Amino acid sequence: MKLSVNGKEIEVQPGAMEKRIVEFLREDLDLTGAKNACDIGACGACTVLVNDEPMRICIKRVKDFAGQRILTIEGLAAPDGTLHPLQQAFVDCGAIQCGFCTPGMVLTAHAFLLKNPKPTRDQIRQAIFKNLCRCTGYQQIIHAIEKAAPHYQLEERGLQAASAPDKPVAGKQSQDSTLAGVEAG
Amino acid sequence: MATTETKAWRNDAYAKVTGKAKFTDDLKFVNVLHAVPVYSDFVHARIKAIDADIAEKAPGVIRVLTAKDVPGVNRFGQIIRDFRIFADDKIRYHGDVVAIVVAESREAAIRAAQLVKVDATPLPAVLDPEEALKPDAVLVHENHGTNLINTHVVRRGNIEEGFKQADFIIEEKFQTQTVEHAYLETEAAVCVPRSTDGVIEVYGSMQHPFSTRRFVAACLGVALSEVEIIGTPMGGGFGGKDDTAAIVCARTGLAAKLLNRPVKMMYRRDWSIRESYKRHPYRVHYKMGVNKEGCITAVQCKIIADAGAYCSVTPWVMWRSTVQCCGPYVVENVHCDTFGVYTNNVVTGAMRGFGSPQMNFIIEQVVEIAAQKVGISGIEFRRRNMVRQGSITITGQKLDGHKVAMEQVLETVLREIDYERKLARSALGGCRSRGDEAQTSKSAIDQSLLTSAPTHEDELYGIGLAMSYRGVSLGAEGVDFCAAIINAQADGSILLECGMHENGQGAESAMCLICADELGVDLNRIRYRRSSTSNIPDSGTTVASRATIMGGGAVTLAARELKQKIAEAFCGKLHCAPGEIRFKDSFITGKSDLERIAFADGMREMWLMQKFPFAFGVFKAPCVSWDEHTGQGDAYFTWVYGCQAVELTVNKKSGKVKLLNAVAAHDVGRAVNPEMVRGQIYGGMAMSTGYALHEEVKAPDGKITTLNLNTYRIPRSMDLPEMKAIIVENPDPVSPSGAKSIGEPANEILAPAIANAIYHATGVRHFSLPIKLGAQPEPTACEEGCQ
Repeated sequence: MKLSVNGKEIEVQPGAMEKRIVEFLREDLDLTGAKNACDIGACGACTVLVNDEPMRICIKRVKDFAGQRILTIEGLAAPDGTLHPLQQAFVDCGAIQCGFCTPGMVLTAHAFLLKNPKPTRDQIRQAIFKNLCRCTGYQQIIHAIEKAAPHYQLEERGLQAASAPDKPVAGKQSQDSTLAGVEAG
Repeated sequence: MATTETKAWRNDAYAKVTGKAKFTDDLKFVNVLHAVPVYSDFVHARIKAIDADIAEKAPGVIRVLTAKDVPGVNRFGQIIRDFRIFADDKIRYHGDVVAIVVAESREAAIRAAQLVKVDATPLPAVLDPEEALKPDAVLVHENHGTNLINTHVVRRGNIEEGFKQADFIIEEKFQTQTVEHAYLETEAAVCVPRSTDGVIEVYGSMQHPFSTRRFVAACLGVALSEVEIIGTPMGGGFGGKDDTAAIVCARTGLAAKLLNRPVKMMYRRDWSIRESYKRHPYRVHYKMGVNKEGCITAVQCKIIADAGAYCSVTPWVMWRSTVQCCGPYVVENVHCDTFGVYTNNVVTGAMRGFGSPQMNFIIEQVVEIAAQKVGISGIEFRRRNMVRQGSITITGQKLDGHKVAMEQVLETVLREIDYERKLARSALGGCRSRGDEAQTSKSAIDQSLLTSAPTHEDELYGIGLAMSYRGVSLGAEGVDFCAAIINAQADGSILLECGMHENGQGAESAMCLICADELGVDLNRIRYRRSSTSNIPDSGTTVASRATIMGGGAVTLAARELKQKIAEAFCGKLHCAPGEIRFKDSFITGKSDLERIAFADGMREMWLMQKFPFAFGVFKAPCVSWDEHTGQGDAYFTWVYGCQAVELTVNKKSGKVKLLNAVAAHDVGRAVNPEMVRGQIYGGMAMSTGYALHEEVKAPDGKITTLNLNTYRIPRSMDLPEMKAIIVENPDPVSPSGAKSIGEPANEILAPAIANAIYHATGVRHFSLPIKLGAQPEPTACEEGCQ
């Protein structure tokens, strides 16, 4: 069985199929950004993106992810270490305190902004509803997501210009093409 | 002055936002064993035997450790040595740990933990603190002779005389709930026996490395120098990672020492909630006398706190409640008694606020009830009674030596949220009277006043406010001093370390900023050294909102000492007296801006002169005093002032409360890292919202049922409103850096502000936490009387 993690093809040994995927990422791949905090999918600290959708993975097993595309927090910054604009916004806005919820929060926000690059603050608030943070009161996290949104609007415009003119510019299809484009880039 | 928007700066932000930050469970060691705790199902029982034979034979299990395996001290505590590393004679609460299972894998250890048998004689449990105080009550600790842990008093003026002067008496009983810290990272430890010298290295999630070291060393029966606690990123503490976290490290250290292998113990959420100490539930009988001029003439209160099975820091928590039992108001006649009581409930101890959230919930409602009796507004009542420059507190302390900013923060919030105008539009606002009857105006909410989503006629609108003052740092609770080391290198880079711990709040970053500012060098030069208890002296615990004032004080004094050394080294070369040398823009500059030496060049030259640019700074808290018999004294060396207000609606049919907007103003002395100060304020208001409306550790029969984050409900993004944090800066002369505190002040007043807002919306007072609202009674009868 194979799955893709941060753009890299991973061959899973048969013995690891029953492992919890969060343990597989943390132990076998040393991607410790996804955290265990509740083990029941209640807090969002283990959130990664699976085919660009945020998923709380602490209750899932490796075998559930055959052929799937996983993005962890370690895969978001550029290979040279330059922060993604969303990450930079988290840093600049003071959206990070203890940092335990941060990886899941950033990934949830990333998936949201890819789909909705012009969100209202209320929409942002709703988007991060499933990710618990005990330190920040979410205020600066919402600032950061709002601040990073223009970057996603630029991405979207660039992709629209590149895509065929008869493709719809709003709706699911264009969102999907946006995701694919960002992933490929 | 409000500080303008700035970028946050943190030395750990990059690591945390990229997933590179290594928290305890992220650390990997070769040949590591895994340990898990073993609980019994008893709440109170006398232990006859612990049978681990079957568990020890289970696959993968290396060993099961109990109290019998402890070579050193099994009983520990910061005040009373009653906390057990392992339950030995009795099980005193449902979270008592009787053993740990150490195995090759965590799964194997968890499986085997169920095979450990505890043979014990059940004892009747005492779960009510008032029952526990009765003479025939079951004793939690027989050798203590009573379930009473401690008492504190305030005796000021003449209480009978004070009530005689009163025209109105307000007397109510209040109750607050047990609260879980719910740090996102649960307790965790990895202990590694160092092969070179046998020292036990401890990596763990704790906010008191030095008390952890004491616990571990005492448990192992070794010297403090034989244990080294190494700073590790911590996923939240909020006061909750002191005793329990230290005990988790001690058990893990024991396994590592005895088995001579690295051992990791990573707590599951249900273990964490079951075992870790909580915020004390309080029962308070509060009586206030006021005269018709609206002045408080007397306060009498009796406070009973359920300490649970062990003492932890109960006496210190209750001491703060005692000192601050009248809130930020001048009261001449005070009679306060507090009682900390053992029960068989979960242990309670330090939590952000430390005895103030409970009392402020009470006081800030009582002053509004009193104002209503007198027939003046709650704000006017506060203005008539609040502390001002030179006021004498209820413990006889004169508030001077710093700016008493109570009025400043109150007026700031009133102005910012447009309080008085909005109060008039509260559902109850139009028909306030001296009566206590529920009164509700029929008028729809003025939409223009609402800062958030529009509401409709099913929503009752209210605005509320609360304020507090707070003694900074430990006060007369304990020894209060802190060290910092600045070690400038020959290339001009700087290593900094301080005795305060990074809890996630940004303490290290604040120290770097203070250091750079004082030395006049750019921030990039400064590297905060990974902290180690083997390097920096024991500077106490990172609690009591003392990191910035105490650590920052030590860093400032170290930087001043370093500047003195540098000035002495270069005054000749710069043709001026040492005192004339200035430090700015990373240069050492003489009288004229033209005569200067680049900081890096200066450091190299000092090395060649055989002079170390090294400084050790110590900040000792100014003197405080306390008389235990009268409850009088200079309790804290300085104070901070805060005010918060909130707008909300209550749905008439469901009782659902929706917060619309919140504003806070806090005097922090000086804001070292303004975005981080705001973060503390927002986070504090959020936690306080949970306290007011959602959070409650439920434990029928002494067994906690709210064991995970699905049943223990902390605020989510949708539960919170847009918040505004206003920083008020009055640099404090007693603080070398000018900075004071914000962590706890931010978390002690939104709950009463919410209670007051709910009252202004519904006309119903709530005397217990969390506030539970059902459908609101139809206000027909009231409306008639009101029109």
